[in-house]
Amino acid sequence: MNLDYYEKHRGQSQWKDGEYDVTRTTVWSGPGCHDGCAVLYYTKNGKLEKVEGDPDCGFNQGTLCMRCLEMPEIVNSERRPKNPLKRAGERGENKWEDITWDEAYDIIEAKVREIWKDYGGESIACMIGTGRNNCWQIPYLCYAAFDSPNFCLGFLSGESCFQPRSAAMASMNGDFLIADMSQQFASRYDEENTEWRLPKYIVNWGCNAVESNSDNFYGHWIVDCMQRGSKMITVDPSLTWLAARSEYWLRLRPGTDGAMALGWLNVIIGEDLVDHEFIDNWTYGFEELAERVKDWTPERVGEICWVDPDLIREAARAYASNWPSAIQWGLPIDQAVWGIPSAQAINAIWAVTGNTDVPGGNIIIQNAYGQNVSYNYGYDFLPPEVQGKRIGAEYPLMAKAGFSSTAHSDSILEAIETGKPYPIRMLWLTSTNPIANMGADAPRIYRAVKTLDFVVVNDLFLTPTAVAFADIFLPAAMSPERDSQRVWWVPLRGMRKVCDYADVKSDDTIVTELGKRLHPERFPWDDDFGWSDHILKTETPGYDGDYAQLLDEVYSYPDFQYRKYEKGLARYDGKPGFNTPTGRIELFDSVFQLWGYDPLPDWDEPHSSPYSRPDLWAEYPFVLTTGARHVEFFHSEHRQPETMSRELYPDPHFEMSKAAAEKLGLQNEDWCWIENQHGRCRQRLRINPTLDDRVVRADHGWWFPEKEAAEPTLYGVFDSNINNLVPQCDNGVTGYGAPYKNQLCKVYKCTPENSRDMPSIRVSEGDGFSKPDATTEVDKDYSHRA
Amino acid sequence: MSIEYGLLVDYDYCTGCHTCEVACRKAHADWDGEGNFGIKILQDGPRELPDGKWEYNYLPMPTSLCDLCAERTAEGKPPSCVMHCPAHCLYFGTIDELSKLVAEKTHRALFTPYNE
Repeated sequence: MNLDYYEKHRGQSQWKDGEYDVTRTTVWSGPGCHDGCAVLYYTKNGKLEKVEGDPDCGFNQGTLCMRCLEMPEIVNSERRPKNPLKRAGERGENKWEDITWDEAYDIIEAKVREIWKDYGGESIACMIGTGRNNCWQIPYLCYAAFDSPNFCLGFLSGESCFQPRSAAMASMNGDFLIADMSQQFASRYDEENTEWRLPKYIVNWGCNAVESNSDNFYGHWIVDCMQRGSKMITVDPSLTWLAARSEYWLRLRPGTDGAMALGWLNVIIGEDLVDHEFIDNWTYGFEELAERVKDWTPERVGEICWVDPDLIREAARAYASNWPSAIQWGLPIDQAVWGIPSAQAINAIWAVTGNTDVPGGNIIIQNAYGQNVSYNYGYDFLPPEVQGKRIGAEYPLMAKAGFSSTAHSDSILEAIETGKPYPIRMLWLTSTNPIANMGADAPRIYRAVKTLDFVVVNDLFLTPTAVAFADIFLPAAMSPERDSQRVWWVPLRGMRKVCDYADVKSDDTIVTELGKRLHPERFPWDDDFGWSDHILKTETPGYDGDYAQLLDEVYSYPDFQYRKYEKGLARYDGKPGFNTPTGRIELFDSVFQLWGYDPLPDWDEPHSSPYSRPDLWAEYPFVLTTGARHVEFFHSEHRQPETMSRELYPDPHFEMSKAAAEKLGLQNEDWCWIENQHGRCRQRLRINPTLDDRVVRADHGWWFPEKEAAEPTLYGVFDSNINNLVPQCDNGVTGYGAPYKNQLCKVYKCTPENSRDMPSIRVSEGDGFSKPDATTEVDKDYSHRA
Repeated sequence: MSIEYGLLVDYDYCTGCHTCEVACRKAHADWDGEGNFGIKILQDGPRELPDGKWEYNYLPMPTSLCDLCAERTAEGKPPSCVMHCPAHCLYFGTIDELSKLVAEKTHRALFTPYNE
């Protein structure tokens, strides 16, 4: 049998296959994640019928996860709004009037001009969900069209999704680093034709990579490396599939990643498993780091993390004694008040072991062809005095460190609540559903956003966020309906539009059409194609093609060099070294010192923990971690009941150990209330025999499109919402970090009697949850630690 | 009876991601409907073993609907589950070819779901 179909079409970007038109391109907007996989779209008469992986592309090598395979279900869903909507009833009543795009733009333009006149552009805040194909369009809208410095993610507390890690890395190294799975080469796992080498160990730290596919990292690359001989170390409260195949599984207490990292450094430095030559030549502050970690013995760390000290020792030794090895880390680092110092500690682990920018280690990855169009795109249009008004400007690491700087989401929420430092009157939300997920304290966000003068929601579907707040709803085009391009590291990728849906428009079109009304000089392109062309010609210095060429190439890999610090490729001035004040990796962070932050990694208890709040622990005897990913969903997406995602994963679930469930008289699949001092929600129990008896893991992102949209039901968004139990505005000193994954809770079975007070009604009609509480009263004496 | 083609699973590497199930149904448009899969992932564990290690395996098992993507292979395309598996743990080929692969490594299973 000759299976050469794809080989025959290698290098083509479009062809006919029977009654189908096939288009080879890439994906990067809803529905789905931010990886940017290469796909083959099969369309018939302009309708998307099938999606396949592109075997031609090294990124995903022809494979796909289920979300892209089921994409036609979402793209062709009858639930999609077909045109712009204007609110007809009260907010939350789900009553809408169909309007044209021009009518929508007229209303928005008039409102913006009114705010400019009465308050100033800074009273408009713009938010997106996550780093998908609106992460440069909406910042540009905010800065260049609205004259506001206040762009951030959708009430993401402490900006705690990759931004703490990236800010720590940027500050320490002047660059981003990622685990080297050969993803920067078109030819994968190729030790003959590239310099890449297999990592001896891969540390999967707080990231179930095969389910989460986080941050442009296709998780199954780890499995590819395992098949070639990489050994595994997993740091995770639960036995993930990867943990089950790991030589070492460190089952740490949620929220203690930073302590674990300090313990590793204690072992690695204490047992002299470091790379002295690299430390002497390329790092700054090693002696200070060694001094800092001296007290973080495996015994002390084991007690904090609930992990056997010998296992900590063995894992740290295995990593440090087997060069090269790579660390793939995840969200729990960010989602702790100690996020930045935890990221500093883990970064120091790979630095002192000589794993920085070497084959099979953690590589410095730069955006393809120098295209750095992201959260800062268009910021230079703002005069310095307006930039100085950015909410959160008092946090210099966030506001000044460049890279992915944004406004501070928690402070925006407080500005909405208090009018200080100045009022926020208008909110623009693109592809973000902050009361379903991302926003930490969903009920508090609900109360605050209700008070705004004007809210525009631009999304794929009418979400709970749209129904609760939107005055204008703008339906968003999905990935196959958009002409666009992207970098996010490598490769440079083109996206070709293959279909249309009703009267929806792309983010690029909406921003351009609105921008031309407000600041036409800043929008010199005519359409999406033109904007992509503009970026490739003016913001992508290393690429010599145009957008038409990129669409035919589909993706383009730039040259990649290891050990850039030796070759003068890491610093702007072209000299050897790192792009930091000392030219070295700053284990002791001189910029942090300048800003008054601790220059060295450190760790302390979360503000709601068994040891910082023994009073709460007595009432809420489980450590609660939230938001573990499931392959069926991208955050709050894919909840439509017709999807295969809901067929395979119909209900929200939380997990606890068998012993813990038995003690409470609970059985598998029981609906239970999860509750703490902030609020409660209900999910179904799945017994996870691998958890510590004191740990509960709960789903995030649940809403129910099959339920009533209007309040008080609001698609049931608060009923199973774990963010009823998570506070907002509990951040680290840098503004970064928030405790999404380290709260306390209790669990009890749902009964008719205790289910009369449903969270959705309580929030939308009653007094809500999340009243100010004593989270600031932290017991600093941990001598009672078990 | 002589069966020509089969499906090999390396269950050391199946992560249980459901790609094979969804890819299968999408390759068979006429099956659209809940529960109709030509391959279904079975799960064993996580379960603690006497030595303190953990058993945690997934095994994609072809169902009676599996036709080894006869329509696709006739067009020169591999079966959809094999092509899309992110873990690269599924192999399609002749029984002769797959028998050799089975002998190369433990924890592999050879299925013969279909004969023309």
